[in-house]
Amino acid sequence: MVLRPNAVTGYVVHGLINTAIESFVIGQYGSEAWKQICQRARLGHDSFESMMMYEDADTLAVLDAAFVQLGRDRDSLLEDLGTWLVTSEATQPVRRLLRFGGETFPEFLHSLCELHDRARLAMPDMSVPVFSVREYTPNTFSIRAIWVLPGFGALVLGLLRAMADDFGALVVLSLCETPAEDGEIAVTISVDMLDSAFAEGRDFVLGARQ
Amino acid sequence: MTGKDKPLDVPLGLLDQRAYRNGPRLGLRALDAMMPMHLWVGPTGHILRAGPTFLKLAKGTTVRHRRLTEVLEFRRPNNVHLAKDLIALSGSAIQVQMRDAPRLLLKGIVVALQRKSGFLLNLSPGIRLADVLLEHELRAKDFAPSDLAVEMLYLSEAQTAVLDESRKLNARLQGAKLAAEEQAFTDTLTGLKNRRALEHILDRLSHDDRAREFGLMHVDLDFFKSINDTLGHAAGDRVLQNAARIFAEETRAGDVVARTGGDEFVVIVMDCADPKKLSRIAARIIERLEMPVQFDGQPCRISGSIGITLSHFYDRIDADQMCSDADAALYVSKKQGRARHTFHDPPKNLQ
Repeated sequence: MVLRPNAVTGYVVHGLINTAIESFVIGQYGSEAWKQICQRARLGHDSFESMMMYEDADTLAVLDAAFVQLGRDRDSLLEDLGTWLVTSEATQPVRRLLRFGGETFPEFLHSLCELHDRARLAMPDMSVPVFSVREYTPNTFSIRAIWVLPGFGALVLGLLRAMADDFGALVVLSLCETPAEDGEIAVTISVDMLDSAFAEGRDFVLGARQ
Repeated sequence: MTGKDKPLDVPLGLLDQRAYRNGPRLGLRALDAMMPMHLWVGPTGHILRAGPTFLKLAKGTTVRHRRLTEVLEFRRPNNVHLAKDLIALSGSAIQVQMRDAPRLLLKGIVVALQRKSGFLLNLSPGIRLADVLLEHELRAKDFAPSDLAVEMLYLSEAQTAVLDESRKLNARLQGAKLAAEEQAFTDTLTGLKNRRALEHILDRLSHDDRAREFGLMHVDLDFFKSINDTLGHAAGDRVLQNAARIFAEETRAGDVVARTGGDEFVVIVMDCADPKKLSRIAARIIERLEMPVQFDGQPCRISGSIGITLSHFYDRIDADQMCSDADAALYVSKKQGRARHTFHDPPKNLQ
């Protein structure tokens, strides 16, 4: 989820998002599938570096190749990727950093507004989607996010769904994606929380070393 | 606490006037919410009350009604023993240690309360926050929302994650750098070291404190040019690769073999001060070079001329001097009819 504008070439993607896609595909479909996706995308290599910057064209080409290679439709694969970011062992830091947002799922939702600044604090050269959150009732929210990657709404949806599970909250999410200005895409996700303590959430202890 | 700091300059309603006269009366619940790590200490120095997070840190040991200095040891200032010592400290920063958990270093502030109601200490885990949390399983709600403790933890954890990634990248780059250096020091045709690598090695030997003895051979292939001219470059390459294999097989793992030019090689025989041994090696190399290599059914016949010098011929190892002496000895071998080895003349006292 790390794109920032570049005046010459469009957008520069932080290697972290590319390596996340790579780990996700390898973990779920195996390294052979990943190699074929890279060939199909004509990358010229089959491994991204998390601490380097890439052209957004590489990321888009890999995703397009993955949809074809894995026979998955765009939205469902990106939603799985969002869920995987929270639930996988490989990306535990992501889950933990998101959990810092609050003690409850609603507190977490409100903390999404700070996500952009928090990410900047940790990595100044990285930018993440800009979120805004509205609370209509204590159980209904709408979340608006702006970013540039086509289909990223499904990714956010999968991520929110996994975070709700992490807090033990039962929620119904629905997504509406609309093109915004300058190639950016705005999505609105409405959140209906049916039960804030539907299940026992996963444990989260501050300061616990991974 | 009463609001006597400043006369009222704004007309206030009666209710507000009375509130201001009474001063901010902080209830116990408000105290817990705003300063969850507080200690309220009575005028005699006994703890009257501890905030919920402080109680968590105390891990079940009784805190209430014990003397403050029995529970905490003052580190800064370190002369606090009695309640009256606290009066002098009112308003200043303190550093304390839990006597039951000496690793727990807390920082904070102490203030004297009005109307002889004692003192209030507000504490914080300070820079050891992460360790404190790990031991005491604190949660975000154990801190006041105005406290930046959780942000600090977030930052430290995010930074650790980023550093981990950077470390991995550095390790991979280091591996790639070594591989690239290996390639830059290798002659691609024969797999032997190249001239650059040899220069590094000679430089190291010249400055080696252990003053290792070694023999240095210059080898030039005889009749190689005619193989190239009559049978083509592919045949020449085959001959060079075969020669490289012979040099490698006739030397030990710690020795150095480098291809320094088209058909020129340098062999360094380490830990050797024995001309007889070098003589045997040189003779075997020439003997094996003379065994013809078959290429496309054609025998490729070459030989070798060798010039040798030894490090103990020199008071101080000078790589350039040794190379030029070995070169001169090689020239003598060529002049005397090739297919032979010649030693550089040692100084008189070594002959």
